[in-house]
Amino acid sequence: METRKFTCLGCPVGCSLTVYIENGEVVKVEGNQCNIGIDFAKQEVKDPRRKVTTTVKIRNGVHPLLPVYTDKPFPKGMIMELVKELRKIEVEAPVKMGDMILENALGTGVNIIASRTIKRKE
Amino acid sequence: MEKFDVIVIGAGVVGAMIARELSRFELSVAVIEKESDVCMGTTSANTAIVHAGYDPVPGTLKAELNVRGNKLWDQVAFELGIPFKRTGDYVIGIGPEEVKGVEKIYERGKQNGVIGIEMLGRDEVLSRLPYLNKDVSVAMFAYTGGITDPFQATFAPMENAVMNGVKLYLNTAFEDFIFDGKKIIGIKTNKGEFLSNWVINAAGLYSDFVMHKANLHPEFKITPRKGEYYVFDRNEFTIPDVLFPTPTELTKGIMVTTTIHGNTIIGPNAHDVEDKEDKANTPEGLDEVFKGASKLVPQISLRHVIAIFAGLRPTGNARTPNPAIDYHHDYLIEARPDMGILNLAGIESPGLASSPAIAERVVELLKDSGLELKEKKDFNPIRKPRRRFRDMTNEERANLVKMNPLYGRIICRCEYVTEGEIIDEIHAPVPALTYDAIKRRTWLGTGRCQGAFDTPRVVEILSRELGVSPLEVTKKGDNSYFLLRKTKEVEDER
Amino acid sequence: MKDRYDVVVIGSGPGGLAAAISAKKEGAESVLIIERDKEPGGILNQCIHNGFGVEIFKEDLPGPSYAERFVNEAESLGIEFMLDSMVLEVTPQKKIYATSKWYGFKEIEATAIVFAMGARERTRAQIRIPGFRPAGVYTAGSAQRFVNIEGFMPGKRFVILGSGDIGMIMARRLTLEGAKVERVLEIMPFLTGLTRNYVQCLQDFNIPLQLSHTVNRILGKNRVEAIESVQVDENFNPIKGTEEIIPADTLLLSVGLIPENELSRKVGVKMDSLIQGPFVDEEMQTSIPGIFAAGNVVHIFDLVDWVTEAGFTAGKGAARFVKETKEKSEFVKLVPGNNIHHIVPQYLKKDALQNGPAKLMMRVIKPMEEKVWVELSDGKNLITRKLERYVRPGEMVILTVPQKAYDDVKKAKELIVSIEKFGG
Repeated sequence: METRKFTCLGCPVGCSLTVYIENGEVVKVEGNQCNIGIDFAKQEVKDPRRKVTTTVKIRNGVHPLLPVYTDKPFPKGMIMELVKELRKIEVEAPVKMGDMILENALGTGVNIIASRTIKRKE
Repeated sequence: MEKFDVIVIGAGVVGAMIARELSRFELSVAVIEKESDVCMGTTSANTAIVHAGYDPVPGTLKAELNVRGNKLWDQVAFELGIPFKRTGDYVIGIGPEEVKGVEKIYERGKQNGVIGIEMLGRDEVLSRLPYLNKDVSVAMFAYTGGITDPFQATFAPMENAVMNGVKLYLNTAFEDFIFDGKKIIGIKTNKGEFLSNWVINAAGLYSDFVMHKANLHPEFKITPRKGEYYVFDRNEFTIPDVLFPTPTELTKGIMVTTTIHGNTIIGPNAHDVEDKEDKANTPEGLDEVFKGASKLVPQISLRHVIAIFAGLRPTGNARTPNPAIDYHHDYLIEARPDMGILNLAGIESPGLASSPAIAERVVELLKDSGLELKEKKDFNPIRKPRRRFRDMTNEERANLVKMNPLYGRIICRCEYVTEGEIIDEIHAPVPALTYDAIKRRTWLGTGRCQGAFDTPRVVEILSRELGVSPLEVTKKGDNSYFLLRKTKEVEDER
Repeated sequence: MKDRYDVVVIGSGPGGLAAAISAKKEGAESVLIIERDKEPGGILNQCIHNGFGVEIFKEDLPGPSYAERFVNEAESLGIEFMLDSMVLEVTPQKKIYATSKWYGFKEIEATAIVFAMGARERTRAQIRIPGFRPAGVYTAGSAQRFVNIEGFMPGKRFVILGSGDIGMIMARRLTLEGAKVERVLEIMPFLTGLTRNYVQCLQDFNIPLQLSHTVNRILGKNRVEAIESVQVDENFNPIKGTEEIIPADTLLLSVGLIPENELSRKVGVKMDSLIQGPFVDEEMQTSIPGIFAAGNVVHIFDLVDWVTEAGFTAGKGAARFVKETKEKSEFVKLVPGNNIHHIVPQYLKKDALQNGPAKLMMRVIKPMEEKVWVELSDGKNLITRKLERYVRPGEMVILTVPQKAYDDVKKAKELIVSIEKFGG
């Protein structure tokens, strides 16, 4: 049986979890104050994911950069590759908050969405 | 190759005042300065005091030029629009053991011909300065002591000089002299050669280097003497007076003083260093300053410090010309007409106070050396002071903004410096081309937030006005870039 | 833009936006937000990370999204914005002096004011780091603005002082944009930010954190060349021999926020020196009635959602103050109407008629040689009137307001006297 310790990222409390793993499956979780901890532990062991926020270039907007976010948590191991891909993108102003910037990023099924509206430069 | 009648090496307050005096005459004059702006050497970091003249050893050049210079400050400040206030200053004696020291200073003042000095007893001092250490024994008050802005004291004469035809070459560093036999006929710089009949060495910390290149005074050496300071938030802590401690042989001592901008500063200590560019603050130095200041004003707390800085005095080892005076740290001000060079070396405190008198003395020496000084008919001695939004009444502000909306956009929130004023400085006769240059002229970035709010905006304005990318904007010239690349341009991904 | 507003809010960050919205919803008619940046949203515009709105919206939003929701609501409610404008002074009489390239130098009167100026960052000098003063020393917030909004990296190799959330979040941000964060130093023996941020900003990216460490010296004359770190003892004194030179070109300072209260101090509200913010009551009202404060300007908050709540409270209080001021107003103004040059007295106390009738004395502008009514109304309803055979500028016209008009006068917002033709 394998034991791992990590912090739950499910909410700002950040419980310290002790996770017991057998044959790659989570069999017990200790230290959690709610069920979010259990779900997090299972996900973190199987396929750790993180929400990613960054910016992409935007042409002819009131700012040179558009902040964006992942609509679902993204595979942790592919984050650096994701931001590298996003650095190549340049969108055209105007862009509305909620607009799809990149669909199914790196084939993960996670979409990249505009965090705000950026108007066209006058 | 450009040929000039006179080249001045160094654009600190001494070089600037000299250039301004020379611009009165039918002479072609150039000033060369190795930094990206004027006033980046000793003049950029000191206590900004226009000394009364009681401190220097009687019979020295320092004493003579200090007292003369102090007298000239009203006229110079008026003509050139330099902020200047005769606040008067105090020399404080703490405890019975310092009484003799203060009395000695009083005697010196009398000997040096300083007018308006008086001794005050303990009760009188405490009634004027209630925050003072209660162990004060005696004090001396000098009516003629004053405070000024050393940056304006350099920009203003330099600008007036440029307006009257002097050429200023920044980023131009002296390297060597060009000789014709014994006579100096020009200088070599990192930007090429300049020919001239006379060279005036006002190179401050590097005045020994320049002299040695002319094979003059090999025994003369500049020892950089560092002095550190604390600056306080003027909304939280102010001492409205100019306070000196009882001086030692080495230094006037650690002061607690107001400044022309209203901030209170404490310092400087005195500590010799090797490197002429070592203006780093040290924990020991800062500690010494705090202890020294606390002796005068016990309730000083570092809670409201908003800035720290350090300056370097160009302390020299020149003997006083008068053989009867045994003093070895006097000013060296000497003309060599046979060579065509005039050296000014070791101009430490009271250099700022003496600067108008030093410039006057230089003109005399050049005249005595045979240089023809024909007065310009169209010399304009007046340089108008800059309009400062933060010093205006609301009515004046409203009018200013109506006239030019750029004065309505506040860039430095803490010191109320407007975009209009910044643009004025970027395009002035002595232009501000870096963040620190704008800071020295407008006092931007010196407040509570120390530039956190204004820096991105100033970078944008400099980039726009100078027509360069924001990546090329610097803090103080050279490689002091603010920004190193665009967010999306990573090197190994290009 | 007007010269007078019921409520003026200074700052359009989360505190200011919430205060303006709540003031409008609670009945303030004219609400203005003055903002020094070119767009509203305050610091949220550069906080592109998520974690906002978990309480208020039950969603996990990035900062700009959170801001945009409130900006949209404010705009749809008819709240006015004065952008790229700096407030220079607020007087105890609630006059505001502001300056801007677009609007010029303006004097604005407000019935109630909400201070929402936020906080500034602690600087290098305040923590007294020795060494040179080269380019490349930034507060974390300044760096954040450059990276996320201006589009420039302030450096390539970073050392971060302070394990607060802003520092850790910037560590991640910089790493995602291709920079190298060499070290995070924290002078306390514990993490000062959230543990989850330690995990997802430092641990995830293998950025080393050293507790009980600080910056001993900054090296580099023109641009930062290295940071000398040092370990500290339990009294925060450097331990000799533990110095380490870390090559870097940038130092980021994340060493605390200070409420930005220059305007509060100048107007004279009572300040709590312990937290460097104004004393406020449960309505977020300061010691000057009608001046409220919300957000980081009062004390440093941890969650933006709570700033929004505080803003709602302050806005509600401001609206309450405006309503009471209008009702409690002791005086009602007499306004010259048709063909009236002036009226004396210019003001009546609201309960003036309690003690007897009130005599109004007028001069007309033009002569009318015919029968006319001299009428007193509250703008909607006629209160009293008198018939005159003629009116001439050279002769004073008198109208007596009878005691029975007491109620009408008391609830009037203003009283208008005018000359109307008889029978027309």
